[in-house]
Amino acid sequence: MNLAAKDIRHNLGRFALTTVGIGLLLMVVLGMSGIYRGMIDDALVVVDHIGADLWVVQRGTRGPFAEISRLPANLEHRLRAVPGVASARTFVSHNVQREHRGQPLRMNVHGLAWPEDKGEWVKLIAGRPLGQAHYEMIADASLGLTLGEKLALGKDSYTVVGVSRGMVSSGGDGIAFFTTQDAQAIQFDLPGEAIRLERAARVQRAVGQDIGQVQPLLLERGAGNSAGLPALARPMVSAVTVRVAAGFDPATVAATIAAWPDVTVYTRDSQSELLVHGMIDKARRQIGLFRALLVIISTIIMALILYTLTLDKIHDIAMLKLMGARNTMIAGLILQQAILLGALGFGLAWYLGGWVFPRFPRRVLIAPEDLWGLALVVTAISILASLLGIWKAMRIEPNKVLS
Amino acid sequence: MIADANNSPAVEALGLTKIYGAGNTEVVAMKDVSVRLARGEVVALLGPSGAGKSTFLTAVGLINPPTSGRIVIGGKPVMDGPRALVDLRAFRRRHLGFVFQKANLIPFLNAAENVAVALEINDAAPRAARKRALELLDYLGVAERANNLPDALSGGQQQRVAVARALANEPSLILADEPTAALDSHRGRQVMVLFRKVAHERGSAVIVVTHDHRSLDVFDRTYEMEDGELRPAAADHAP
Repeated sequence: MNLAAKDIRHNLGRFALTTVGIGLLLMVVLGMSGIYRGMIDDALVVVDHIGADLWVVQRGTRGPFAEISRLPANLEHRLRAVPGVASARTFVSHNVQREHRGQPLRMNVHGLAWPEDKGEWVKLIAGRPLGQAHYEMIADASLGLTLGEKLALGKDSYTVVGVSRGMVSSGGDGIAFFTTQDAQAIQFDLPGEAIRLERAARVQRAVGQDIGQVQPLLLERGAGNSAGLPALARPMVSAVTVRVAAGFDPATVAATIAAWPDVTVYTRDSQSELLVHGMIDKARRQIGLFRALLVIISTIIMALILYTLTLDKIHDIAMLKLMGARNTMIAGLILQQAILLGALGFGLAWYLGGWVFPRFPRRVLIAPEDLWGLALVVTAISILASLLGIWKAMRIEPNKVLS
Repeated sequence: MIADANNSPAVEALGLTKIYGAGNTEVVAMKDVSVRLARGEVVALLGPSGAGKSTFLTAVGLINPPTSGRIVIGGKPVMDGPRALVDLRAFRRRHLGFVFQKANLIPFLNAAENVAVALEINDAAPRAARKRALELLDYLGVAERANNLPDALSGGQQQRVAVARALANEPSLILADEPTAALDSHRGRQVMVLFRKVAHERGSAVIVVTHDHRSLDVFDRTYEMEDGELRPAAADHAP
């Protein structure tokens, strides 16, 4: 006869409520690990899919994700000349937050090196890759933009020609893909008045110097477009990605490029390492701490509930002892209830998680090893939680029946 | 029942004394009590509150060891003073049955399960335990309530289930502490008659602590306890 099951049936309401409570707590524990895993996956989504073997960034920085990196766009031409480099593409990435349909719209603007890179590697669920050099974009579904929708950014409007899924930055913002030129235009967009003031300032600076007096043509150039001034730098890019040609060792190619004094080179693995162990390390530790606290709270709640259930049964346990019941039978009664509570809570966490997690603002990715890990933790805390009740039950004297 | 001791008395208490506390707070609850019960004998134990009846009963029931004296059950010495000579819990499981003022049924088990659990504790197989439980409930006239939880049973029915549970392992000795206190006189007498029937038919010795003088004719012998001392009652209704 299974006394644990009979007792649970008798106290079904309380047991069910406790199970729901434990289930919700375990769901949060599961969700936390899912958020962490999702965060890693999000952080690596570009690195894993863009198809770059090497990341060339500003010297001494850990860019372009972990920190800002600025490189001249023409670096890609220099890189193409390196033996073993199959292709080199500029990479532009920055965050913008704009107002859209009356709501804040935060996105990671990602530049694709048109025409070599049209975004064919992006996981599309609707539409197509970029089809022209300007005014088109691919938006992640998490941004809420629909196919054909136009979005005004800076002085231009961009049409959503493709919708992707699961393409988000390490910060959880959906990625919008543009051509590099458009991404730079969005990044370095200045109001007309600011441009006019800048041009006037240039003319004033030239007038104040001999060269402005000697060569009046310079004043005319200074009052014109920035792109027309060879002395002014072109917009910078965040990094240049390199694909190594077949038959060449990426480490050797990286060593060649790393010898240049103005750049730092990372392989795909070391870029991933920078993201996982540098950028999201604090988040990982924070989530880990939350999970540990939630597990402790779950254990305490389970222990208290099982202790209360044991207190309710003091008289019955005394009677069982009076009848000669072995300690294993009484401990088994409490332990089975604890394990059942944990198992049902785990099942509920799993079931509810499947419904709730897709509605989380950040991606929650549950791996089978997370489920197995949580199952082990739940077994351990169930056993731990039952100890208080078992301890109490072992101390009950049979003559308590008479009281 | 104890297999190799059929001719020995069911229970023998020799010079039992129980002292609670020490020094100024010392209370002698039971004083040099000796008694011997044959198998199948039904004995009533009378006395005012605080006389030591429950102390005697719990001492003989191996749940409250005496300060001194010896207890022999079915010919086997089990207590020598406060020292246990056997595994008390295992001994209780096999040889003793208890009935109390309250039925003390386990609330989450139905009537049949309350009886069967006593058998399963004594290593009976679940199916055999249920079969035997139903037989006992039938014997005690509550078979039709076998699947009811204690809440759904009347006081008398609960007490019958408790008696069935006490009988489950065919104990040498059944100890009943005011088993009819919560019942009306008619049902109280029914329970007392039941004890007599059980004792005579199954060979268990029964000690019943009672205040109900109207049913004393049911018992083979009547003892009285006062100030911790045991003596035959003045008007012993022994046949």
